[in-house]
Amino acid sequence: MVLTRDFFFQAGQMLLVLLLSPLLTGFVRKVKARLLRREGPPLLQPYRDLTRLTRKEVVLAQNASWLFRVTPYIIFAGTWVAAALVPTFRSGLLFSWTADLIAIIALLGSARFFLALAGLDIGTSFGGIGASREVMIASLAEPAMLMIIFTLALIAGSTQLSAMAAFMLSSQVGLRVSLGLALLALIMVAIAENARIPVDNPATHLELTMVHEAMVLEYSGRHLALIDLTSELKLLLYVSLISCLFVPWGIAAPGAGAQSIAIGVATYVAKLAAGGVLLALFETTIAKMRVFRVPEFLGVALMLGLLAALLRFVSGSL
Amino acid sequence: MAVYALYGVAALLALAPIAVALSMSSRASSVIYGASLIVTFALGLIGLKSLFVPAASIAALPLGVPWLGAHFRIDALAAFFIIVVNLGGASASLFALGYGRHEETPERVLPFYPIYLAAMNLVVLADDAFSFLVSWEFMSLTSWALVIAHHRDRENMRAGYVYLLMASFGTLALLLAFGLLAGNNGNYVFDAIRATHPATALSAMVLILVLVGAGSKAGIVPLHAWLPLAHPAAPSHVSALMSGVMTKVAVYGFVRIIFDLLGPPAWWWSMAVLAVGGITAVMGVLYALMQHDLKRLLAYHTVENIGIIYIGLGLALAFKAQGMAVAAALALTAGLFHVFNHSVFKSLLFFGAGSVLNATGERDMEHLGGLIHRMPQTAFVFLVGCVAISALPPLNGFVSEWLTFQAILLSPQLPSWGLKLLVPAVGALLALSAALAAACFVKAFGVTFLGRPRTPAAADARETDSNSLAAMFALAALCFVAGILPGIFIDALAPVTHALLGVSMPHQSGLNWLTIVPIAESRSSYNGLLVFIFVTLSGSIAAFAIHRLASDKLRRGPAWDCGYPDISPATQYTASSFAQPIRRVYGTAVFRVREIGEMPPPGSISPARLTVELRDLIWDALYAPVADAIGFATERINILQFLTIRRYLSLVFAALVFLLLVLAIWS
Repeated sequence: MVLTRDFFFQAGQMLLVLLLSPLLTGFVRKVKARLLRREGPPLLQPYRDLTRLTRKEVVLAQNASWLFRVTPYIIFAGTWVAAALVPTFRSGLLFSWTADLIAIIALLGSARFFLALAGLDIGTSFGGIGASREVMIASLAEPAMLMIIFTLALIAGSTQLSAMAAFMLSSQVGLRVSLGLALLALIMVAIAENARIPVDNPATHLELTMVHEAMVLEYSGRHLALIDLTSELKLLLYVSLISCLFVPWGIAAPGAGAQSIAIGVATYVAKLAAGGVLLALFETTIAKMRVFRVPEFLGVALMLGLLAALLRFVSGSL
Repeated sequence: MAVYALYGVAALLALAPIAVALSMSSRASSVIYGASLIVTFALGLIGLKSLFVPAASIAALPLGVPWLGAHFRIDALAAFFIIVVNLGGASASLFALGYGRHEETPERVLPFYPIYLAAMNLVVLADDAFSFLVSWEFMSLTSWALVIAHHRDRENMRAGYVYLLMASFGTLALLLAFGLLAGNNGNYVFDAIRATHPATALSAMVLILVLVGAGSKAGIVPLHAWLPLAHPAAPSHVSALMSGVMTKVAVYGFVRIIFDLLGPPAWWWSMAVLAVGGITAVMGVLYALMQHDLKRLLAYHTVENIGIIYIGLGLALAFKAQGMAVAAALALTAGLFHVFNHSVFKSLLFFGAGSVLNATGERDMEHLGGLIHRMPQTAFVFLVGCVAISALPPLNGFVSEWLTFQAILLSPQLPSWGLKLLVPAVGALLALSAALAAACFVKAFGVTFLGRPRTPAAADARETDSNSLAAMFALAALCFVAGILPGIFIDALAPVTHALLGVSMPHQSGLNWLTIVPIAESRSSYNGLLVFIFVTLSGSIAAFAIHRLASDKLRRGPAWDCGYPDISPATQYTASSFAQPIRRVYGTAVFRVREIGEMPPPGSISPARLTVELRDLIWDALYAPVADAIGFATERINILQFLTIRRYLSLVFAALVFLLLVLAIWS
C-alpha cells in the first residue's frame, strides 16, 4: 500500500514536471514581453508549438547518422529522469536514492555530451560553432556547479537532495557566508546552463553569438519538439533545484497527509512563478554579452563556488 | 597459485623464441597472438581466483643474485593488478589477431610482445627488490623495442630515445628507493623490508624517489614528456597495453612501496601526492585538448587519468595517516576502481584508434570525418569508450570519479590545515578535468567519426575485422557492466583495501536494487542500474508516444545550415577550430598561445593565414635546460675521446690513487 502510494507520487512528479515545464517557459516569455510593454505570446503558446512540431514531418540532412536521430530521445530521457529526481512538492520520493545531486548534474552532462555530438554530425559550420561553444561554457559551469555541491553537501552532511532539503528546513542551518556565495554562484551557473541572457539568447536565430540554437539548427519536426521540451525541462529543473535547496518551505515530508501534499504543490507552483518573474526581470535589465566575456562570468561563478567550499572546509560555522 | 602464475609467465617467455623461429611464416602472428591470448586469459583467471584467497601464495626460484634468489608472491593487491594486466593483455592479443595481420614488419613486434606481457606480470608478482627491478627493466626495454618497431619514421626514433632516457631515469630513482628501504643490512626481500621501518627523513626520501620513479613511468606531470611521444608511436595494440596497462603497473609499484612496504605514513606525504595528482589531471586534459593526432590525444588522456588515480591514492594516504581507516578504504577503492576502469576504456579507445588507422592510414583527425557511416560498429564502441572516459553516467568512469568526490567530501574531518586548504582546490581541479575531458571527447569523436569525410581516405574507409571488433565489444560490455553494477567491483576490491588498511568499504552487493552506498544511505547513494533503466525506459516511452500519437514521417534533404550549405567538407569545424574557445580560455596562461592572423593586402589574391603558436612551458623550463646542460657537458668531455695512450694510462693511475685515498680516509 505504502509502496503503491510512493510509486504514485514518483509518477506524479514525473508527469508534473513534464506538464509544467512548457508553461514555465511560456510564463517567462509573457512576463518579459509585458515588461517591454508588448502583448507577448499567449501563456500556452509553447504547448501549441510542441504539438505543431510533432505533427510535422522530419527533414533530415542526407548525411545524418543514427546518432543524430537518437540524440533527441537520449537527451530528453536523461533530462526528464534528472528532473524527476529533484524534490519538487514532496521530498523522499520512491526513487530519490537512485542518484544524488552529483549524479543528477552528471546526467545533465551526459545529455549535453550527446547534443554537442549531434551538433557536429551533419558537418556544417553552424553546428560546429554551437557545439564548440557549448562545451567551452560547460567546461567552466560544471566545475562551478560541483564546487557549489561541495559547499552544500558539507553543510548538510549529504549529497542526497531529499536529505539536503530536510537539513535546510531545520533550524541548524542559520545564516552562513558560504550559503550566500553558493546561491549566487548557483544562479550564475543556472543562467549559463539554460542558455539565458546574458550568456546566450534563447530568442535568436542566425546570429553569430548564439550557442544552443546553433547547435540544434539542423533539427526539425518531432526531433526539434523533443529538444525544445528538453530545454524547457532543464529550466524547470534548475528553478526546482534552487527552490528545493534555498527556499525549501512547503515541501511535504515523506509520509505527510493529503493536506501537506496540496500545500506542497501550491507552494511549488508559486515558487516556479516567482523564479520565472525574477528570471524575466533579470533578463530584461541586462544586455547579452560577447561570447568571450562568458568565461569571465563563469570564472566568477567558479571562484565564488571555490571560495564557499574553502570557507566551509576551514570553518564549520561559516 | 604463485607457481601456476610463474608457469604462465614462463609460457609467455617461451613464445619469444617461437616468434623468432616462425618469423618467416605468414601464420606467425596468429600463432603468437593466439597463444598470448590463451596464456593471459589463464593468468587473469589465476588472479581472479587468488583475489579471494586470504592467504598470500609464495614461490621462490634459485635465480638471480646467489644469496637472495628470486621471490614471487600473490596477495590481494598483486592479484588485482594481475587481473588488470591480463585483462588488458588478453584483449590486446584478441585485437591483434586481426590488427596484427596488417603489420608491415611483424618480426620487429612479435618476439617482444610476449616478453613484454611476461615482464608486466613479473613486476606485479615480484616479492624482492631485485626481481622487481629486473622485471621493471625488462618491461621498459621490451616496450622500447616495440615503440621503435616502425623505426623508419624519424619521430618514432626520437620518441624511443626520449622514452629510453626517461625509463632509465625512473629505474634509477626506484633503485635508490629500494637501496634506502633495504638499509645497511641489505634486506632486499619484501618481507624483511616490511618488518623494518626506516627513519622519518629516510621514508620521506623514499616517498620522493618512488613518486619520481614510478611516477615517470605512470606519466605524472612534469615527468610525462615521453608518454605522448612513445605511446602513439607503437603499434596500436601495444599502445593500448602501454597506456592501459603499463601505467597501471607503475601505479602498482607506487601502491606496493608506499602503502605496503614503507610503514605508517606522515600526514604531509599526502599533500605531495594530492598536488601532483591534481596538476597532472588538469594539465593532461589541457594538453589533450590541443592535439589533433588521435593517438596522441588518447595518450595525453592517460596522463589525466593517472592524475585522477593519484588523487584517490593521495586522499587514502591522508586518511590513513590520520587513522581514519574507513575513509581511507573509500579513497583507495576509488583510486583502484579507476585503475581498472581506465585500463578497460583506454584499451578500448586505443583499439578504436588502431582500427581507424588501419582503415584510413590516418592518425590525424583533421584528415578524417564521417567514419560513423563507413565503420558503424567501430564508431559505436568508440562512442561507448568516449562516454566512459568522460565520466558520464551510467558508464563506469563516472562511478570511480563519484567515489573520489565522496572521499573528498569526507576530508574536512582531517585535522591538518594544509590539507583543509589543499583538498578543496584538488576537488576543483578534479571537477575541471572531468568537464574538460567531456569537451575533449566530443571533439575526438565528433571530428573523427561525425560530419563529412575530409579526405578520400576517410571516405573509402572499410569496417575493421571481426577479431578486432570482438575485442572492442568485449571491453565496451565491461564498461557497461562496471558502470551499471559497480557494487560487485567494489566488493571485489575489499580484500585489497583490507590487506593494505585493515578495513574495507561496507559490503555493497546485498543492498536494495544493487545500489552503492559508500558510507550511509542518508549521506549518498548511487544506483547505475536504475539510472540506466529509467533513462532507457523514458526514452522508449517518448519514442513510442511520439511515433504513435504524432507524425513518424521522415524526408531526407540537403543540410539546412541557415540556407547557405557549404559545398566543401573543408568548411566543417576541425579539431583545432573546435578547441579554439577553450584554447582562448585556458591556453593563454598555460601554453602562452599566440594567434597570428595574416591578411593579404587589398587587391592581392594570396590567401589569408592564421598561425597558432603553442609553447610547452614544462618542456621549456625543465627538459630543455637539462638537455642543454648535458649537451654542453658532453662537448667539453668529448676531448677525452682523443687522448694518447700515455694520457689514458696516467688518467687510470690518477683514478686509482684517488680511490685508494678515499678508502684510506673513509676507514
